Amino acid sequence: MTLKARVIPCLDVKDGRVVKGVNFLDLVDAGDPVEAAKAYDLAGADELCFLDITASSDNRETIFDVVARTADHCFMPLTVGGGVRAVADIRKLLLAGADKVSINSAAVNNPDFVAEAADKFGNQCIVVSIDAKKVSAAGEANRWEIFTHGGRNPTGIDAVDFAQRMVERGAGELLVTSMDRDGTKVGYDLELTRAIADSVRVPVIASGGVGDLDDLVAGVKQGHATAVLAASIFHFGTYTVAEAKRYMADHGIAMRLD
Amino acid sequence: MRVAIIDYGSGNLRSATKAFERAAREAGIDAAIELTDKPDIVAAADRVVLPGVGAYADCRAGLKVVSGMNEALIEAVETKARPFLGICVGMQLMSSRGLEKTTTEGLGWIKGDVVEMTPSDPELKIPQIGWNTLELATPHPLFDGIPTGPDGLHAYFVHSYHLAATNPAEVIATTDYGGAMTAFVGRDNMAGSQFHPEKSQKLGLALISNFLRWKP
Repeated sequence: MTLKARVIPCLDVKDGRVVKGVNFLDLVDAGDPVEAAKAYDLAGADELCFLDITASSDNRETIFDVVARTADHCFMPLTVGGGVRAVADIRKLLLAGADKVSINSAAVNNPDFVAEAADKFGNQCIVVSIDAKKVSAAGEANRWEIFTHGGRNPTGIDAVDFAQRMVERGAGELLVTSMDRDGTKVGYDLELTRAIADSVRVPVIASGGVGDLDDLVAGVKQGHATAVLAASIFHFGTYTVAEAKRYMADHGIAMRLD
Repeated sequence: MRVAIIDYGSGNLRSATKAFERAAREAGIDAAIELTDKPDIVAAADRVVLPGVGAYADCRAGLKVVSGMNEALIEAVETKARPFLGICVGMQLMSSRGLEKTTTEGLGWIKGDVVEMTPSDPELKIPQIGWNTLELATPHPLFDGIPTGPDGLHAYFVHSYHLAATNPAEVIATTDYGGAMTAFVGRDNMAGSQFHPEKSQKLGLALISNFLRWKP
């Protein structure tokens, strides 16, 4: 197999600005997502992900401008998520320059929306974002549940079942985030990632909890993900994307290093 | 030179347009890149690009929804023999038929059907999403100066179907995904890319520059 594992930096964008800030050298404006995107592009990122966390609908338009300006400069794949609820949202993002959209709450609330979107734009363009927490007690068989609203609201939906149903409806890729691990820097929930990756035919992106480069290696080798997503280790300059890819290659994972 | 990128409601059109503008600028080629849904502009263009994202049948239908577009495309590419580049589903539409969801008649430029990929390794994920290398099967001017093979540059793929071309002379490049999958096809003035040159950074910009210089 010569398809390479992907490293995907993710930027949280609020009202058109990067949240948490990005700690790169040489950035003219570290709060501008387009500047950050350019830096990741140069560093060899395999894809980019923007997550729009704008709360008010008044400012929703800002993300389209960010995506359009990014597409003017970066000739690499771009996934945009956050607030994708209607076919019209997807069309606007694609026209602005996104290649894929990630659907989160709308997929939980209305699974048929995923089918509608996949029929309209093709499965390859629809990423379903799955936020899950472990709900099994110690000693019990592992069980994870879907949570919404940034991990606050339980839904009672089993994460692995949900993943399979989303793929049946046309999701071309799954972004699996452990809400237990997100922001902890202790590594991905590898059992969750693997449970989902092994139960579906589509690619799985591991997300949530990366603290060092071994976590990325484990995401592919033990989690069976075909892509690894990280935010803070790259934003704060702990590691560069190029270092991450070199490290993964040195640990026997086929990577794109050109 | 006027390059028409056909807008028929499908595809990541802005990035395609921007990539062509940048490739032209870097190569010092004086080209006006027009994203257009107007058949007369397509018919009069010096070069024609057909992007495409989505299902085969939907894209084929989309091409026919714009009145006169299908005819303009045929006039430019078949009658006037203008250089043509199809991208992703735009490349797949060059085939005889598409077998995604339903059977759909294609443009009939490259012999073969667009079929679901069936990699020999059942562990391989479908769609193929990501960066893969190319194996050049037949030399072609669009690959001039582009390193291919296992140590060559990478191209970005996102697809579940591929064009099973039946005339080996029309297969320019393949990619290995549990077997050889068609990555690039061509004959005469027609070329088609399963991968996304507009998303393939170095390889993509080089290929687009070659297309802009191409004199088939």
